[in-house]
Amino acid sequence: MVEIDRRTLMKLGAATAIFGPAYIRNAYAAETIPIAGIHDASGGIDIYGRPMINCLALAVEEINAAGGVLGRKLDLVNYDPQSNMQLYTQYATEAATKQKAAVVFGGILSASREAMRPTLKRFRTLYFYSLLYEGGVCDRNIFCMGSTPAQTLEKFTPFVMKHFNGKKIYTLAADYNYGQITAKWIKKFATENGGDVVATDFFPLDVSDFGPTIRKIQAAKPDIIMSVLVGAAHNSFYRQWVAAGMKDKIPMASTTFGIGNEQVLTSPQEHNGIIVSYAYFDGIDTPENKAFLARYYKRFGEKADGLTEGAAMTYHAVNLWAKAATMAGSVDREKVTAALETGLSFTGPAGKTTIDAATHHDTLDVYIAEVRDGKYKVLQSYAQQPPADTAAFCNLKAHPNDNKQYVIDVKI
Amino acid sequence: MDHIVIILLQLAVTIANLALICAGLAIIFGMMRVINFAHGEFLMLGGYAAIVSSRAGVNLWLAMFVVAPTVVGAIGIVLERLVIRHLYGRMIDTMLATWGISLALIGLVTVIFGNTVSGISPPLGSLAVGQYAIGLYELFLVAVVIGLYGGGWLVLRRTSFGLLARGTMQNRVMAAALGVDPGRVYSITFAIGAAVTGLAGALISPITGVVPTIGAAYIAKAFITVISGGTAIIAGALAASTLLGSINTLFSFAFSPVLGEVALLAAAVLLLRLLPQGITGRFFRRSL
Repeated sequence: MVEIDRRTLMKLGAATAIFGPAYIRNAYAAETIPIAGIHDASGGIDIYGRPMINCLALAVEEINAAGGVLGRKLDLVNYDPQSNMQLYTQYATEAATKQKAAVVFGGILSASREAMRPTLKRFRTLYFYSLLYEGGVCDRNIFCMGSTPAQTLEKFTPFVMKHFNGKKIYTLAADYNYGQITAKWIKKFATENGGDVVATDFFPLDVSDFGPTIRKIQAAKPDIIMSVLVGAAHNSFYRQWVAAGMKDKIPMASTTFGIGNEQVLTSPQEHNGIIVSYAYFDGIDTPENKAFLARYYKRFGEKADGLTEGAAMTYHAVNLWAKAATMAGSVDREKVTAALETGLSFTGPAGKTTIDAATHHDTLDVYIAEVRDGKYKVLQSYAQQPPADTAAFCNLKAHPNDNKQYVIDVKI
Repeated sequence: MDHIVIILLQLAVTIANLALICAGLAIIFGMMRVINFAHGEFLMLGGYAAIVSSRAGVNLWLAMFVVAPTVVGAIGIVLERLVIRHLYGRMIDTMLATWGISLALIGLVTVIFGNTVSGISPPLGSLAVGQYAIGLYELFLVAVVIGLYGGGWLVLRRTSFGLLARGTMQNRVMAAALGVDPGRVYSITFAIGAAVTGLAGALISPITGVVPTIGAAYIAKAFITVISGGTAIIAGALAASTLLGSINTLFSFAFSPVLGEVALLAAAVLLLRLLPQGITGRFFRRSL
């Protein structure tokens, strides 16, 4: 019989207390698949992040409830970079090295994506980015789910000209790469459809006085205003436009109105009748979307953050990844990427999204909607728009080692 | 002709906007030498006070002219008693302290109201000038600014409190020796500066809307204007607003809004190179 004195027992107990949880955790980790979400839950741009975080959680919960991926449950860790670019890099490193996430979903502004992209590539961790952006990212380690300007504007520009029965467009755009590039696409598609952009004004993000511009617009007498204004300060434009009595004189279309919840920040008097275009609206009338909305509001409550394209595409991204991992029979980065590159598609709230192997962007449905009393009424939809702008530069099949964001030079 | 009239009106509106957003700062920084980095947040709080109270049923004009200045003035008194009064005469320290206050206020307001409090639509309608139109509310702000600066001049020049305030800021020790309580004068002056800022925030909220981070859009311009103005608070703020506002508007009209902003900043840099003491350091020296 082995004699165990009190001291040995205590040592044993201490050892168990110290190493036990680690042992149990490791055993547990072998059964679950670690994945990471990196979105701003606080700080200046949490308004974009919160619905994306909700959709990520919803997708993971649904997949787990259905038995997980390859029989293993997903273990989601959410990181909150607090709208701080430095924390994005830090958390991407943590997710890749410490958590050993099989895949990272995250990034909101282009700056945050570009902060994480090289880190995740270096640590060989697959990355999904779900917000609409200016296009041009060419990197085999990332899948960009959101719409790019060519996807929306190619149909949107002629639609707006026809809808408002006009050819003279006046463009107002935020003065950074998204605004600059989008303004070029508007000019290209307007010209191709027999229209004309009479002027394009760019505004730094902190400009809130639009008086001089409104007078210039009054002098130029365009048929249509195209707004690519972004952020809180630029919301002032919509108010000043109404205050100057212009609302009913010149109609307005936008590719940015609503991404920052402008439809909630402005009054119906200020926004009714503005036409917008994205790859997702909560007003899409499909069985998939209705069921999705019911699940979303049941899970997060009636007062949950309104859904945006970025949120819906996050949901698509998780499901596409899970589908690819199931198909590959592994969560290994190379195998999952190869499975996604077979042109995998997922039909969800935003319709059908199909991965384009050459660009790692997706072919998606695009919708045009009218803003009315803070809600979107879908006017028109266009099925399966390819990411033509990025495809003009990027071919990952021919150049798998390409790794940059091309600045798309729009030929007019 | 219409074009000239509308440019002049727009000029008046832009100048009035600048003068409005820097009025409170002219008192707190120009007069008291407290680098108030929370100035933008005081404006934001004024906007919230007006919007929240008008939504709760208070008459809009009452909300803007009474509720907002009272609320922000009261917050000013509290902050002055708790933080600022320990730091008079230490400009860099006031900058750090008020920067902290500004971050705390943004966080606090976000927690309370979230990121989406919508604004109120500007009242009053618009005025047509030939093919152009301008919001009547914007022109109303021009009148308010004239009243505000006129009132400020009267208080500083004609009331005993104005005399005490100016004397105390000029030489605190001497004022104390003459029987003035400098602590109280400082406290009241800071509260007035905060109240004026709250009023300004409320008045501009119908045309810009309010979110917790809106302060950042104003802070730089307000400081540039007050510093360019120089030591005389009223004449300085007015002169600098007129000069910088005109440059901004004319460049925006002639070229683009981006160049308008660049021209404003370039003019301020050039101005301070030529006149390190600001406009009133060389001109209007004996004015207020």
